[in-house]
Amino acid sequence: MKVVLKLEGLDCANCAAKIEKAVSKIQGVEDVNVVFMTQKLSFTTESEDVDALVEQISKESMKASSDVKSVRRIK
Amino acid sequence: MDTFEKRLVVALAIFAIGMVIHFTEAVDEKAQFFIFLAAYLIGGYDVLVTALRNIAKGQFLDEKFLMLIASVGAFVIGSWQEGAAVMLFFQVGEWFEGRAVRTTRQSISDLMDIQPEYANLVKDGEVVRVDPEEVQIGDMVEVLPGEKVPLDGSIVDGRSSLDTSALTGESVPRSVGPGDEVFSGSVNVSAKFRMCVTKEYEDSTVSKVLELVEDSISRKAPVEKFITKFARYYTPAVVFSAVLVAVIPILLGYDPETWIYRALTFLVVSCPCAVVISVPLGYFCGIGAASKMGILVKGGNYLEALAHADTVVFDKTGTLTEGRFGIDSKEAVGCTEDELVLMAAMAESGSNHPIAISLKKECKEGFDYSRIGASEDRPGRGVITEIDGDRIAVGNRKLMDEVGAAPTAEDGIHTVVHIAKNGAYMGKITLSDIIKPTSAETVRELKENGIKRTIMLSGDAKPIGEEVASKIGLDEAHCELMPADKIAYLEKIIQDKAEKSNVVYVGDGINDAPSISRADIGVAMGGLGSDAAIEAADVVIMDDAPEKICTSIRLARRTNFIVKQNIVFALGVKFLILALSLFGIANMWMAVFGDVGVAVVAILNSMRCLRTSIYEKK
Repeated sequence: MKVVLKLEGLDCANCAAKIEKAVSKIQGVEDVNVVFMTQKLSFTTESEDVDALVEQISKESMKASSDVKSVRRIK
Repeated sequence: MDTFEKRLVVALAIFAIGMVIHFTEAVDEKAQFFIFLAAYLIGGYDVLVTALRNIAKGQFLDEKFLMLIASVGAFVIGSWQEGAAVMLFFQVGEWFEGRAVRTTRQSISDLMDIQPEYANLVKDGEVVRVDPEEVQIGDMVEVLPGEKVPLDGSIVDGRSSLDTSALTGESVPRSVGPGDEVFSGSVNVSAKFRMCVTKEYEDSTVSKVLELVEDSISRKAPVEKFITKFARYYTPAVVFSAVLVAVIPILLGYDPETWIYRALTFLVVSCPCAVVISVPLGYFCGIGAASKMGILVKGGNYLEALAHADTVVFDKTGTLTEGRFGIDSKEAVGCTEDELVLMAAMAESGSNHPIAISLKKECKEGFDYSRIGASEDRPGRGVITEIDGDRIAVGNRKLMDEVGAAPTAEDGIHTVVHIAKNGAYMGKITLSDIIKPTSAETVRELKENGIKRTIMLSGDAKPIGEEVASKIGLDEAHCELMPADKIAYLEKIIQDKAEKSNVVYVGDGINDAPSISRADIGVAMGGLGSDAAIEAADVVIMDDAPEKICTSIRLARRTNFIVKQNIVFALGVKFLILALSLFGIANMWMAVFGDVGVAVVAILNSMRCLRTSIYEKK
């Protein structure tokens, strides 16, 4: 399943790279792609509990870059 | 102005006053210190807060942390002006970056302003405004002048003209009437019409295009991947060098203040943000500009690949030619050419064969159907129709033999239609697939732009294919190829290509999808209304204009060039400043330029990729 998140506040390309690296390490999350121009993070997962994953990802993203104000699931 | 901007302006004003005082020595050193400290804190306290918070979270080597060290360090060794400047200009840079990114996001979404907000659904004789997503297949929708067509469908009632420029880049409106297909995202220019919806919103053209553009941005070009990787090592490396620059000379007994200053200068240029931001920004702008011209590029990677194209392979039918028959020549015996065409068209009027359609098209004035009598089909030969009581035979040589007419000359390589009246030969009409008016120009322009090989692959008979190829000016033509042969040929071309160069295949995406996906870059033409084409290709040209292949390549090259310019410029300046400050030639002011100035220049340069006017015909 493909999930897309919107990272509100993400304004720096370097931070996007950092977030991508951090989120890639989370178990059950594959093909992580962060695009700072569209402020979107996409990944694929086979996990049943996507909400828990999203929760974890948003924590990691905010930790990796203080610019990220909120994480919202759009797909 | 938001609060951040106000704060920044106040801080910069205080900083400017401080600089004036510093040079005029109006007040003593101690007072100067407080002026610069005030500017520093007003302008950058949020950076300090975040940096400290990051340290608590165990995040070092964050750009804010580095700015903190550099600026505080400068204050400690007594360089207050520099300390304040580092922080303030860092903030100016941040402000500018954020603004540039927002502007770009906005201009791209303006370019892609094709999303319909509502649909006028006709229900029980009344018109209600609904969300396009609520409309179902088979529903009737009304489109008023000035409105966007909300979904794909076909016109039931009314005539109008449609502006499809947002989808195709083509500015000449298209006139449409009952039965014609219309695509969501085009704008109704002249009059009200009603249409029957044939696709749900999420399958309609507008959704497909928007989805494609969105997705394209997540396919990163190799350069972008490289730069992100580079950035990962750059900052730690520079910070490590800064530590060495500070520690080693001090251990060797040199003046600590000089070397700490140099080390701090290192830290100021340690953030690779300028490059990291300008690369994706450049591709983003390039893809945006292409979409505006009706060229959908599915990713930055394809833009980079396209820039290295040196071979372009074309499919013939529908790509270089219109894919429909047009009259090549007419030869009348004992009647006028107009009469000949009229007779042929009337005789074929009952048929939907491509040849019949072309003949009818040629009779612009139309004709009186009451003159046409009974018509007999002669399968594999043609048709015999009674017109004004005469038996008009229209068909091939076999039909002429049957009616006892004798054609005057050999048929040649093209499709020939013979006409006879009551067994007496009237003449012949030669038809061929019409070459698109811009095909020859496209090939010439490709060559001017350094494309080494232009090749046509065609399933047509050799004489026909070769004639088309030579008219257009292609280097090579390979004919009589079955679909499987085309792939095999393409393989061979790809094997023969020069290293680091790419092969582009251009087709209509319908029957040559395998070739499109096999080539280094597959381009599909006529994407508007063809899901197959959009699916299969890496680059989709929305209309049927072959010249856009050239535009795509030029745009790809320009975007790539600008991206490389930025990388060389930004890294060049940074390394230069690192080297110069090591020898004490560069100071912290130069480093501030190396950080913020370079970012601003690189970003502005990237935004040039958005321009489309330079690709227009002179």
